Amino acid sequence: MKIMGRIALKTGEAVMLIAVSLIFVFPFIWMALTAFKTLPEVYQFPPTLLPESWQIQNIVKAWESGPFPTYLLNSTLVAFGVLFLQILTGVPAAYAFARYKFRGRNLLFALTLIALMIPPQVIFLPIYVEMSNWGLVDTLWSLILPYGASAFGIFLLRQVFMQVPDEVIEAARLDQASEWKIMWRIMAPMAKHVLVTFGLFSFIYHWNDYFWPLIMTNSNEVRTLPIGISMLKASDGGSEWNIAMAGNMILVVPILLIFFFAQRHIIQAFTYQSK
Amino acid sequence: MQPTMGTQQSSLVKEKVTMKKRSLSRWTETVRPYAYIMPALLFFCLFFFFPIGYMIYLSFHDWSLLDLSAMEWVGLANFQEIMLDSDFHLVVINTIIYTFGTVAISLVLSFFLALWLNRQAKIYGIMQAAVFSPHIISLVSVSMLWMWLMDPQYGLLNAILEFFGFPAYTWLADTSSALLSLILVSVWKGVGYNTIVFIAGLQSIPKDIYEAASLDRAGKLRTLAKITLPMLSPTLFFLTIINLISSFQVFDTIYIMTQGGPVNSTNMLVFYIYEQGMDFYNGGIASAASVVLLGLIGVMTFLHFWFAERRVHYR
Repeated sequence: MKIMGRIALKTGEAVMLIAVSLIFVFPFIWMALTAFKTLPEVYQFPPTLLPESWQIQNIVKAWESGPFPTYLLNSTLVAFGVLFLQILTGVPAAYAFARYKFRGRNLLFALTLIALMIPPQVIFLPIYVEMSNWGLVDTLWSLILPYGASAFGIFLLRQVFMQVPDEVIEAARLDQASEWKIMWRIMAPMAKHVLVTFGLFSFIYHWNDYFWPLIMTNSNEVRTLPIGISMLKASDGGSEWNIAMAGNMILVVPILLIFFFAQRHIIQAFTYQSK
Repeated sequence: MQPTMGTQQSSLVKEKVTMKKRSLSRWTETVRPYAYIMPALLFFCLFFFFPIGYMIYLSFHDWSLLDLSAMEWVGLANFQEIMLDSDFHLVVINTIIYTFGTVAISLVLSFFLALWLNRQAKIYGIMQAAVFSPHIISLVSVSMLWMWLMDPQYGLLNAILEFFGFPAYTWLADTSSALLSLILVSVWKGVGYNTIVFIAGLQSIPKDIYEAASLDRAGKLRTLAKITLPMLSPTLFFLTIINLISSFQVFDTIYIMTQGGPVNSTNMLVFYIYEQGMDFYNGGIASAASVVLLGLIGVMTFLHFWFAERRVHYR
């Protein structure tokens, strides 16, 4: 009896495992399946599971429905531009917080932590006005500059820099290495792991971001991929869902691929704040 | 001041360091840490601290994005106006329902998922990744995908319901179901994050406590209630705050999936601010509503740091 119960429990769990994984993974599969159907097949009810004929050209159609090379270029420029600035401002700040004692350090660090908690959605309006006064609305600068310093990045890097043994830094100082050189040639490489983790977080965040480019841009030359793809959806409801889903594949597949290969890093990057 | 120094140094080395230190200008050393923080601080000031102050200033003015030079001081009039505006009341109520719905469902589900998936075998690792995957996908894709799944006529969800003999559901198309549908989407997107954080919390509970409990022949439920839950309370608290903050600022799903409709049933704070400021050119109203949102999130942030100071477990 006991063994039978065990088996029943195991099968029950297996069923649950399949059900739960379907809930989270099947929507993505459905996205891909829809992307390869013809429009009449999309509007068939009840729907077919597999496309009757695989319409690979839907991806091309989505790609050619707008200036997607520009969107892709802008998305890449913004994501890497932001990351570059964040590292450029973050490493020195983290080094100072971790390695120097100075008046106002705790206060300044507390201010940094507050910046970590308040999302940009709350203060987009005054930033928009600011950008508008500087004539930067509808430029890539308005997408990059507001994210130029990352409180999260400073927080992560400070953590690592505090753990570097004093001897390492002193040895470098005795070798007449400048503080600047110590920072970039000794400290930064020691934080390689965290830089990768943070880089993935920042890149994925800005690659995915919809809100900020929606606020700041209104011409195709500076729009990013998420905006371009959201425009594949017709506002009246009669969308070509196959083309829309094909467009979303362009946005989703790279991220899922990165996730597949750097799962541990990414999960760590996105859940680090909890520690 | 000066960089922190180690303790184990030979006297010779110490001497050398002191000599070098003397030759350096004291002034450079004092200024150095500030100079290192300056660039980051400059960005925070320009795009965080100044905007917060400026927003409060703007909320006391009547202005619009059409003509920024024409700003008129109106005192608390904007706040009075939103406090009396029935649309704003609805927006706040929607935001509260959405927030508590999302946070409660997501936390309960992820707690049980974490208890279940917190195991060593490979399959559980794969499951954790699967459950987490929606978290890193753009909200644009999530919104469009779920709009399509929830399509009342051709969507997969209604096909499944019909297959099992249930009537079709209205999803985003009706005032009675649209808000719930948005909650569903955000739970789907966020539950994996909570699960992973809960699992990290579970793994940080010392094993010997459980051993002691099993020696005392404590039952499973009792162990859960008396050990796991109290030991997990810092994690639970952290997740509650983070989830509240991220739910307060919901926007993308609304903008793409419902535009606040049908008839305002999914209109929530950030969408309201966006519409007032960017579409209706009521800058004053929009900034007053932003200040309300800032207040809400400010309270959450304060609670977060306050509890982080005095950790909640071991009561």
